[in-house]
Amino acid sequence: MLPPMTAPAPARTADRHAVALRVADKTVVADGVVTLTLAHPDGGRLPDWTPGSHVDLVLPTGDTRQYSLCGDRRDAHHHRVGVLREPAGRGGSAWVHDELAVGDLVGVGGPRNAFPLRPAQRYLFVAGGIGITPLLTMVAAAGAQGIDWQLVYGGRTRASMAFLDELARYGDRVSVLPQDEVGLLPLRDLVDGLHPDTRVYACGPPPLLDALAGCGLPPHVLRTERFVAREQGAPVRDTPFTVVLDRTGTEVVVTPGVSVLEAVRSVGVDVLSSCREGTCGTCETAVLAGEPDHRDSLLDDADRAAGDCMYVCVSRSRGDRLVLDL
Amino acid sequence: MTAVATPPELDLDPFADDVLRDPLPAHAALRDAGALVRLPRYDTFAVARYADVRALLSDWQSFESAAGVGLTNFRRETPWRPPSLLLEADPPAHDAPRTVLAGILGPRALRRLRADWAADADRLVEDLLAGGSVEVDAVPTLAEAFPLRVFPDAVGLGREGREHLLPYGDHAFNAFGPTDNPRVLAGNERMAEHAGWVGQQCLRENLSPVGFGADVWAAADRGDLTHAQAPLVVRSLLTAGVDTTVHGIGALLHALAVTPGAWEALRARPELVRVAFDEAVRWESPVQAFFRTAVRDVPVGDGVVPAGEKVLVFFAAANRDPRHWADPDRFDLTRDPSGHVGFGMGIHQCVGQHVARLEAESLLTALLARVTRLKLTGAPVRHLNNTLRAWESLPVRLTA
Repeated sequence: MLPPMTAPAPARTADRHAVALRVADKTVVADGVVTLTLAHPDGGRLPDWTPGSHVDLVLPTGDTRQYSLCGDRRDAHHHRVGVLREPAGRGGSAWVHDELAVGDLVGVGGPRNAFPLRPAQRYLFVAGGIGITPLLTMVAAAGAQGIDWQLVYGGRTRASMAFLDELARYGDRVSVLPQDEVGLLPLRDLVDGLHPDTRVYACGPPPLLDALAGCGLPPHVLRTERFVAREQGAPVRDTPFTVVLDRTGTEVVVTPGVSVLEAVRSVGVDVLSSCREGTCGTCETAVLAGEPDHRDSLLDDADRAAGDCMYVCVSRSRGDRLVLDL
Repeated sequence: MTAVATPPELDLDPFADDVLRDPLPAHAALRDAGALVRLPRYDTFAVARYADVRALLSDWQSFESAAGVGLTNFRRETPWRPPSLLLEADPPAHDAPRTVLAGILGPRALRRLRADWAADADRLVEDLLAGGSVEVDAVPTLAEAFPLRVFPDAVGLGREGREHLLPYGDHAFNAFGPTDNPRVLAGNERMAEHAGWVGQQCLRENLSPVGFGADVWAAADRGDLTHAQAPLVVRSLLTAGVDTTVHGIGALLHALAVTPGAWEALRARPELVRVAFDEAVRWESPVQAFFRTAVRDVPVGDGVVPAGEKVLVFFAAANRDPRHWADPDRFDLTRDPSGHVGFGMGIHQCVGQHVARLEAESLLTALLARVTRLKLTGAPVRHLNNTLRAWESLPVRLTA
């Protein structure tokens, strides 16, 4: 057997191990929204990131939550995230709002990017509520490259919409459309008037993204990020399959009701995972042979067709055998 | 308030023949002179200590690449070719090309090539040793032959015209030096021909349907790149992917031939082949140095690089800095070379490093299986290049 790759890039190391960062600032930026500014305790550089990236915050329970980076990537010493208090959530946002304080250390994993900004002639950005966070960094990137862009930003009320002050400098490129003033975003009008070269990047609550997805835009035109898992049908097969771990030759049978992740862990192979619902990307695993039954909310059609990676927390196998790079 | 010191000056020409032939004394002088050194000969700055080189390479926010990573400042002078979308670009423009190539050349993608390359290396070595022990020049016979056998195929190049690859890359790396340098002037003569061929190979219709080149075009079809970017991203493979690997393998073979006991140690522990290659990249630094340009007045050590000024960042000097490495001039298979800056560091760190490692590992593994001893049979001869450290000739005896 050959030893694993030596000298991985620093960003990969950061992917695999949460580091403790200090909360350097915590600011209420809208009704129910705080920003956290995170810094290395020794003042060092933080990992580089690209627009659309997120980090994992590690909660006291050991669970993690994903938050988009929404600061200035030219500031190598601070990462900023925006956190909406979600009363119906699992408690992560309440902890950030009520417990986490300036000066505290918090475990942070990543950054990773499941929502990268691809090059285009023009962009339309569509934000709903806290979905503004990844788009904030994208408008900055588009502007820095002199690319034409528009942002349509909806929210419940003006007071609930974060970063309006930071967006003011972009003038009429930004349309701020609070629902209590003007109703739902006019998605159909936006899509109908679209220049063929425009690429649409949208982030927001599932109803907004579902409505956009229903407007008939081809997949290469519309890119979205959702932090809530997409609805999935039943698995392709309801019988057991075998997973082969290529690095050791170990085989493990995955029965219905058990995830590939759980099965792999049961034979002592550790795969870092986070959301357990196919939305965060932490458990990405290379597929060497076999055909995955993709059940995540991350891969686009092209990625799925390539079939060379899968998220083992939710995705399964279409065939009897799946060989993984583990 | 700390006083800003005037950086020490060194009257040294990093592109002069005698320095290129043996750069180690110049590198030591640069390290010892200070964290930041001024090179009046080219009205530029240099850093050579490990900590400063690494910090400077990581800090893309303060030191840009888009002004060119050679002596020519693209803000004031015209580059000899359209700038690279990777090497000579900064975020955010750099993001998409980098993301695309990192995927195409990543460890996951390369697994598909591993078995083929191992078999190819076996055939090369088997043919070479068909009549038993041989004396050969390891540069053309091994260091050039193997990458030229597998890499153009992996990219998906046609059979015709591959002889343009090495001279094109050699010139591209010379051209990071001064434009009136004799190596650059000599290379200019046939560059239109080489560059013309390379440009043609980057077009979709000239690439085979399977390969890194086709993968780049497929990325453009998916919208991960624009179609206008695709040929320049393919060009990066052809510029940066051939000479560098050839010289990396040359460095490895030379190191193993001149280090007593190294060949035997590797034969006993072939799992060290990857360490051996990275240690050779540290020890020799096939890419010796690149420039960066300060985007504002940036403090380095107790000096300052003024906005708009270039800094020559010596990977090679950092890789032998005794402030960081124990016994740095020793090629040592027991060392952990992790953290060397031979592939650079930060967002521009060599995107093809996994390809280079796989090529070196494939060839060396095949050699170790059949060659019991590797010895120099004559004096090796340097190939001079303004950026690369290379061998022209490495006469060796391979004992079957």
